[in-house]
Amino acid sequence: MGKQIVKLTVNGEEHELLAEPRELLIHVLREKLNITGPHVGCETSHCGACTVDMNGRSVKSCTVFAAQADGAEITTVEGLGTPDNLHVLQEMFKEHHGLQCGFCTPGMITRAHRLLQENPNPTEEEVRFGMAGNICRCTGYQNIVKSILAAAAELNAAREAAQ
Amino acid sequence: MIPSRFEYYRPDDIRGALAVLNEHGDDARVMAGGHSLIPMMKLRMAEVPHLIDLQGIAELRGIAIDGAEISIGAMTTQHDLIAHAGLADAAPILREAALQIADPQVRYMGTVGGNVANGDPGNDMPGLMQCLDARFELVGADGTREVAARDFYEAAYMTARDDEELLTRIRFTATGAGYAYEKQKRKIGDYATAACAALISRDGDRIGSASVAMTNLSDVPVWSQAAGDALVGSTGDAAAIKAATDAALADIDPTGDNRGPVEFKKHVAGIIISRAIARALSRA
Amino acid sequence: MNDMTPEREDRVANLKGMGCARKRVEDARFTQGKGNYIDDLKLPGMLHGDFVRSPYAHARVLSIDTEAALALPGVIAVLTAKDLEPLNLHWMPTLAGDKQMVLADGKVLFQGQEVAFVVATDRYVAADAVELVEVEYEDLPVIVDPFESLKSDIVLREDLAGQTSGAHGPRKHHNHIFTWEVGDKDTTEAVIDDAEVVAEESMYYHRTHPCPLEPCGAVASMDKVNGKLTIHGTFQAPHVVRTVASLLSGIEEHNIRVISPDIGGGFGNKVGVYPGYVCSIVASIVTGKPVKWIEDRMENLMSTAFARDYWMKGRISATKDGKITGLHCHVTADHGAFDACADPTKFPAGFMNICTGSYDIPTAYLAVDGVYTNKAPGGVSYRCSFRVTEAVYFIERMIEVLAIELNMDAAELRRINFIRKDQFPYQSALGWEYDSGDYHTAWDKALKAVDYEGLRREQADRVAAFRRGETRTLMGIGLSFFTEIVGAGPVKNCDILGMGMFDSCEVRIHPTGSAIARLGTISQGQGHATTFAQILATEIGIPADSITIEEGDTDTAPYGLGTYGSRSTPVAGAATAMAGRKIRAKAQMIAAYLLEVHDDDVEFDVDRFVVKGAPERFKTMADIAYAAYNQAIPGVEPGLEAVSYYDPPNMTYPFGAYVCIMDIDVDTGVTDIRRFYALDDCGTRINPMVIEGQIHGGLTEALAVVLGQEIAYDDMGNVKTGTLMDFFLPTAWEVPTYETDHTVTPSPHHPIGAKGVGESPHVGGVPCFSNAVHDAFRPFGLRHSNMPHDHWRIWKTANGLGLHG
Repeated sequence: MGKQIVKLTVNGEEHELLAEPRELLIHVLREKLNITGPHVGCETSHCGACTVDMNGRSVKSCTVFAAQADGAEITTVEGLGTPDNLHVLQEMFKEHHGLQCGFCTPGMITRAHRLLQENPNPTEEEVRFGMAGNICRCTGYQNIVKSILAAAAELNAAREAAQ
Repeated sequence: MIPSRFEYYRPDDIRGALAVLNEHGDDARVMAGGHSLIPMMKLRMAEVPHLIDLQGIAELRGIAIDGAEISIGAMTTQHDLIAHAGLADAAPILREAALQIADPQVRYMGTVGGNVANGDPGNDMPGLMQCLDARFELVGADGTREVAARDFYEAAYMTARDDEELLTRIRFTATGAGYAYEKQKRKIGDYATAACAALISRDGDRIGSASVAMTNLSDVPVWSQAAGDALVGSTGDAAAIKAATDAALADIDPTGDNRGPVEFKKHVAGIIISRAIARALSRA
Repeated sequence: MNDMTPEREDRVANLKGMGCARKRVEDARFTQGKGNYIDDLKLPGMLHGDFVRSPYAHARVLSIDTEAALALPGVIAVLTAKDLEPLNLHWMPTLAGDKQMVLADGKVLFQGQEVAFVVATDRYVAADAVELVEVEYEDLPVIVDPFESLKSDIVLREDLAGQTSGAHGPRKHHNHIFTWEVGDKDTTEAVIDDAEVVAEESMYYHRTHPCPLEPCGAVASMDKVNGKLTIHGTFQAPHVVRTVASLLSGIEEHNIRVISPDIGGGFGNKVGVYPGYVCSIVASIVTGKPVKWIEDRMENLMSTAFARDYWMKGRISATKDGKITGLHCHVTADHGAFDACADPTKFPAGFMNICTGSYDIPTAYLAVDGVYTNKAPGGVSYRCSFRVTEAVYFIERMIEVLAIELNMDAAELRRINFIRKDQFPYQSALGWEYDSGDYHTAWDKALKAVDYEGLRREQADRVAAFRRGETRTLMGIGLSFFTEIVGAGPVKNCDILGMGMFDSCEVRIHPTGSAIARLGTISQGQGHATTFAQILATEIGIPADSITIEEGDTDTAPYGLGTYGSRSTPVAGAATAMAGRKIRAKAQMIAAYLLEVHDDDVEFDVDRFVVKGAPERFKTMADIAYAAYNQAIPGVEPGLEAVSYYDPPNMTYPFGAYVCIMDIDVDTGVTDIRRFYALDDCGTRINPMVIEGQIHGGLTEALAVVLGQEIAYDDMGNVKTGTLMDFFLPTAWEVPTYETDHTVTPSPHHPIGAKGVGESPHVGGVPCFSNAVHDAFRPFGLRHSNMPHDHWRIWKTANGLGLHG
């Protein structure tokens, strides 16, 4: 029951590391790769604070073993924008007060990113349903929903302008 | 919440998975999406010395639609079900039910095979599969066999699958019947307080066929032959719905939990069953 | 005027001072995943601690065998009470004057109690080792009901045997903690006995939990070379933690540094001192290495900081036309195994004596009995000032029950009993002086906004349709009017472990005209770095964007009592304004010198001092700051800084009017919140965007508590709601869109007139949601039903009223 080599591509960067199979992806990211955006909130896959994008799907990285993730392509909130060039979602969360303590925010934004990939023009109801795997204790969601709808509008406007 | 150590296997074919199962017997378990098993392992309520991850087995994936015959690989996720346009046309009840399972992240990982195979009475797919009269393909060292969903469940977490077998595929015949999956739960991510799947088709102004099954209202999913019988031949009027509901209620045996006591669950079950039947009828 | 001088309004806008919806400065790091929370901290050589916890709610600990655990590679130590005893740390004092076991000493008193602390090289090994510690228990009879506890022969707290008096006076029984009485018992009882109308009701405000998304944790690091202990942790009151740590450990306070990093929500959970903190400190002292302890969600829900658990019995009297004459309240308070309630020392039931609410009630009496049971200790103020949600829930339910008794509209009953605007400052029968309010204006505005009369007509139509069998859905109109009491508090009557509940701000202006301010509080999402800079910007004329706000490091920040009970704005916000005014006073002298006029001949104008009557002659604050450092000014010390320790003369009393419209499926108990209107009056509004965010969040936490969130125990004392499967935290799907509104009635005693707002929506929201449920069933004879109003309990109510045919 030793360690095994786990290969991950995280935010475009390839990593090869030794991990016990039982290690959880969230711990590998946080402890081994120092990617501390995703957080541990509930540990039973209810709260979504640990949400990352794995192979194009939003997953709760507290409920994925390191060994399971071997070979995966992972994007965390750290991979969405840069300090000089924030992702529109990051901008809109700031603009519309879509966060308070910030603990759920990386998971929220990462999930919202995938949601907008799949549904670029969601209704408020679709945003609420699509974000239902992420719990926030501070905001009551109202401004999170607002931020995501605003980001969708911005992204759509940019897309139209490009065409 | 940290799981115990285990040996990890990621076979790339069914044979490889079976080999590990055979070698380690009770000490080995297969894992599909892991969203039922991993929390139990983290709580150390499930001890799994040998964990077989099925994600590498390509033959367990895929949805095939051949006329009315539908075949779904065990590793198909709830998200795949929801996103599959052909399936939504052929058997829309699957999409309706899958959307009521857990939350988006869990649906990306959670699989149909895992949902039907682990025997958790709270899972939604078993009742649904009984309603559809689906068959489960089981592959073991001795070959392949099929078990009807209606014969598969023996008790909570006890099924007709042998420990050394793998549930590989689900097959059923789509009927074009009116459908509904009605579920009451406390919140997103919760199991059903009561849930009911109904498929009903008309034959002229009478009901020609009806299938009613329920989730989390007994230690196994409950398909109610009597409920279907009460509907077939009727016009689907209020009296028939009531008779079918009463028949279905006679087949359930819920237990009290944080969602409420038995008395409440039985009452809500009656409401949910009636609503499922009425909604399925409205689409028949 | 000089053409180059920007218009005054532009200069005001440039400050981003009070009143503007300034975007938050915290958000850059949080949106990029660069927050700095406790579990993000990694120190060289850091070890990990994990607890062995009791599976029993009441048991004797016969033996603890740590041998197998210690034999596991990577395990450094396993601490038990025996190891802590020589240091006198096997027990610790609680905030409520009781003491609490740090690790089980002879027996355990609640499920999840800390029994042993494993220290290992990583958290996986620690978790494995926890499984290997063998504890032999002998189970004892369990008491989870406080009424039974007071009758029982079983002595829960053997350590207190024979003690007939506790921190708050006499104990009536071996499981009794205290009786707290306020008001005039005899007169109140006489008034009620002789009243024209009396309504009585008993209600249970169930046990719940603040459950911030980030659980509690700490990293303790003892530097044996320099003799310094650094404790990082999720502390809502870091300075108090330093003092407590010093008193407990004997390490001099200057050698202890406490750092609260970014905190992922607190809501009261992170006020207390928990065994995990103590054990990580001891483990670090023992091993000489940093030790991290992070609780998991189950541990969080089972062991740290429950809230509520109040059994309240009320009698309210009135004249026939609805004028309230008296209020009597008795509370049986279930405090669990140890009295670890986080209240100011002299208030064992917090500010429960605000229970006369927003009404002019001439006579009142309150008595609270605290009781031990086999449940987790805590008793924190979950998103409210001390026990204020309990008090407001109580009075807002009593008002509804009285309205039924009087056959009167509950909105009208409130209106005729509100404290009138001209009565402020108002002396309440239970001893508080309400600072300011205009309740009638707020109430009328709220009722008009929702078309209250129209709603009642719609509801009447719905009831008629229901009776005709045309619908199975009822409609409830939930009303609440609340008065909060926040900003603890005046040092003369408020302290925590003897520390007066002042707060502080230290401001330092840099030569180039930017600034840093440090406060004794600590943000957990409230946005202090944004809003306190706004207060200061307006006070000193330096743009908020040029002011850094820093909190949470006891080595640099001035002593303060922390953030909880909506006290930051009322107390530290006042200190900030006062420190700013000291800066301004010195700046005035410097400006006068630079402008070569007398001090009295210059006046402050937004971002500068101008010569009176000659506004073209001015010195900006940037000019003044530079001068403070670069030239000798006769009679004035170099530099420009100030500190203020603010002892508030009174609490502040925010208030609000809420209306909830709810549809209820009678057959399934499912509720749907169709509309929610919230009018808040928090006095002067510093940042409307932040205020609205606080309202949305507080309402959602109220919704959760009302509709299902509870810490439930079975008869054996097992926690039935230990994960988020069963402990209800609503998602975006279950939460409505809220409408917010406001009036502004400044606090007369606060330097900027602000009152605090973070907890108002929770305090007002709980009775509002609950009253909506009750209101739906009022036409069918419901007086009261206990929360949480989850599906099955609502169904039970409907069933009990015969609504299921």
